[in-house]
Amino acid sequence: MAEITAKILVVGGGPGGYVAAIRAGQLGLDTVLVERGGAEGGLGGTCLNVGCIPSKAVIHAADAYHRAVEQTAVTPFGLRVEHPAIDFARTVEWKDGIVGRLTSGVGALLKRHKVKIVQGHAELVDGKTCRVETDTGPQMIRAEHVVLATGSIAASLPSLPFGGKVISSTEALSLQAVPERLVVVGAGYIGLELGTAFAKLDAKVTIVEAEDRILPAYDAELVRPVAKRLQALGVDILLRARASGLAEGGDSVLIEDANGSKRILPADRILVATGRRARLEGFGLERLDLTMNGRFVAVDERCATSMRNVWAVGDITGEPMLAHRAMAQGAVVAEVIAGHRRVFDSAVIPAVCFTDPEIVTVGLSPEAARQAGREVRVASFPFQANGRALTLGAEDGFVRVTARADNHLVLGIAAVGAGVSELAGAFALALEMGARLEDIGGTIHAHPTLGEAFHEASLRALGEALHI
Amino acid sequence: MGIRIVKLPDVGEGVAEAEVVEWHVAVGQSVLEDQILAAVMTDKATVEIPSPVAGTVVALGAEVGGVLAVGAELVRLEVAGDGNTEVAAAPREAAAPPPAQPLAAAPAPKLPVPAPASPTVEPASAPLPISRAPMGPPRPPGEKPIASPAVRRRARDAGVDLRQVRGTGPAGRISHDDLDAFLRVGTTSAKAARAANTEVSTVKVIGLRRRIAQKMAEAKRRVAHFSYVEEVDVTALEELRASLNTEHRRDRPRLTLMPFLMQALVKAVADFPEMNALYDDEAETIERHGGVHIGIATQTPSGLMVPVVRHCESLDLWECAAEVQRLAEAAREGRATRTELAGSTITITSLGALGGIVTTPVVNRPEVAIIGVNRQVVRPVWQGAQFVPRTMMNLSSSFDHRVIDGYVAARFVQRIKSLLETPATLFLEA
Repeated sequence: MAEITAKILVVGGGPGGYVAAIRAGQLGLDTVLVERGGAEGGLGGTCLNVGCIPSKAVIHAADAYHRAVEQTAVTPFGLRVEHPAIDFARTVEWKDGIVGRLTSGVGALLKRHKVKIVQGHAELVDGKTCRVETDTGPQMIRAEHVVLATGSIAASLPSLPFGGKVISSTEALSLQAVPERLVVVGAGYIGLELGTAFAKLDAKVTIVEAEDRILPAYDAELVRPVAKRLQALGVDILLRARASGLAEGGDSVLIEDANGSKRILPADRILVATGRRARLEGFGLERLDLTMNGRFVAVDERCATSMRNVWAVGDITGEPMLAHRAMAQGAVVAEVIAGHRRVFDSAVIPAVCFTDPEIVTVGLSPEAARQAGREVRVASFPFQANGRALTLGAEDGFVRVTARADNHLVLGIAAVGAGVSELAGAFALALEMGARLEDIGGTIHAHPTLGEAFHEASLRALGEALHI
Repeated sequence: MGIRIVKLPDVGEGVAEAEVVEWHVAVGQSVLEDQILAAVMTDKATVEIPSPVAGTVVALGAEVGGVLAVGAELVRLEVAGDGNTEVAAAPREAAAPPPAQPLAAAPAPKLPVPAPASPTVEPASAPLPISRAPMGPPRPPGEKPIASPAVRRRARDAGVDLRQVRGTGPAGRISHDDLDAFLRVGTTSAKAARAANTEVSTVKVIGLRRRIAQKMAEAKRRVAHFSYVEEVDVTALEELRASLNTEHRRDRPRLTLMPFLMQALVKAVADFPEMNALYDDEAETIERHGGVHIGIATQTPSGLMVPVVRHCESLDLWECAAEVQRLAEAAREGRATRTELAGSTITITSLGALGGIVTTPVVNRPEVAIIGVNRQVVRPVWQGAQFVPRTMMNLSSSFDHRVIDGYVAARFVQRIKSLLETPATLFLEA
């Protein structure tokens, strides 16, 4: 059997793995990346293939279609659209085209940095050796360092195992047609993003959530505009309810509410979006017997696992399971292996919900800051008072700034509104740089932009708001 | 509004110049009448200068450490009504002695001239890197250090734990400059405590320290020092002292060795008048003094001072003790007056329990002798047929060999030894 030796072996080609490999290549380290490919993956991992990117494509198409439909009846600025229609198969084709461009881009980047890509299913033999089943036969890879970047998979419900009409987000993004009736189990960000998109594509969407509100991870103030929009889109939301299984015949879901009363919900598709879990099985991880942190691989601030020269990045290391966190960890790991003194020490990891409207959170919420024992100043600026928001016809939402009362150090920034995901970078930069309210207040924000709301919220926290 | 110039007043008889050791006001500050403007130091004493009028400070005549002649501009005040001068073009002009001043003939005061761009000198406004040295925890416990990613990365590369670094930016943010300062000065962490410390801090030699430096250098340059060490059996003296201290009246001070030694000196100089003398090496005369004015070298928070017990020949043991105690306290608290710090004819120096075995005291010029007291220690001493425990103490004395011969000095010390070993002789009238 052929054997490859390398300095670094990266297991998994998602955002954590491919960034680690590119950075390692840039640093001149001999690097091999194993990616098994297949329906759920390929280079770029969940993010590029079945997650962030395809979902945003579908969300965009759905939104464009829905706006057109709205313009058939209401024409706020005089645009009249007649008989809009969407060919969802074309939408999926277009989405696949974007995914293809990005994943082949990742492949090109890896090649440019002299990373050897081995396609196939990896099986760890020990902490330095990996056996890969390739199309051309088994391949042994021996490396000084192993970086585990196997990501996560959609968590299934015992009562609703995947298969048939019960689908995960992966299948939902590759449906050939828009289902007439879609039941979404779980009102986290994945369920809401896709539920909203299908509702805009004319599906009758019902969202089932066990908690007493949607987006339980976000504070109520931020979620309110999203709930309002879901109502306007005609999405039914069942709170404190559980999907207890498929009804007989398999074309409806049994729903049980908090009082134990049951009802049957007819569905063409049932999207289970109750979260994701680390991918820990199927590649020999158990042979390494690594220290675990709950259902994740425990790592220190350098992303080192409990075994020497075995590292882990991305979703298998825990929450928040976000691509940009994995990428940052991947870069850190490559530099650590190259002998640099590095740690993953970002002050904040921004989080974005591509709901309608979008939600961005960076740093602490006012509540979390208070629980941490801080006296805080909190101020919001509504998009109703922002010129750019009005010209976009998107006046729902606000930017909210939370700062320490004593020295005005900004602790958290959040926004809800159309297009606010693009403000995430500005928010994160402010927090990473240790900005005070005065720093943001003293920065000229271009007019007319949504970012002015960030400026004004900071001024308002100082009692100096100009436009409210 | 007028300008009122406050001149350095005559702060003591025969004082021609004084050094500014502390400013109590800053430029721009308003002052009330009688508010203290500055502390100035003469050869011996520190004097606080009050403001004669109310007004606003517009200029200071010198920076701390600067020497001003008596009559030179100390502070320029803006006052209501007419001042006492025309507004001068150069506010610093008065820093040099005014031409009309008779004392201007004296050597020009060595006044450090500050940069013309900054006519005011506030010590706090010019922080040396050392002033940001990481003393103590840089932030309250549990507070995370705030620094940009670039600063964090540089710190990581340099092996610096940012928790140890003081942030001078807004909200305690650690800047690149803070990191630079920290890297220059080093760290307080235990790990880095063994690292090479390249810190150099500059301390201005001003005030009392400058006086001491000048006096000591002058003494070493001019006096032909020699030291003579003799051991003294103080067993009997210590017994006497202990019993007097046990039985003493409440109103009497606790006796140390010092008043006994002073009594011994008084008796010894009666036989050796050349020891109680001042040698003017420029005039080449020796002034022998009838009065025995003993300087007592005293450590104070700001440095060595020598308060003087005057006319010890007229004081008994208790009076000596009381006077030494009073003067030492006054000196330590900075209350000693100029006359209390001048006029000694011979000096005693004692470091008490830190006295060591031998010292080589520096003669307190223009005196010619200084007696140093070393530590007491119980030692076995051979007496006839056996060792007996005796409390022994060395006296380390220095003399000016230009005018004191070794033979005379030895006999002088032997006389003191004899007086101390048989304490009753201290109290016999001759």
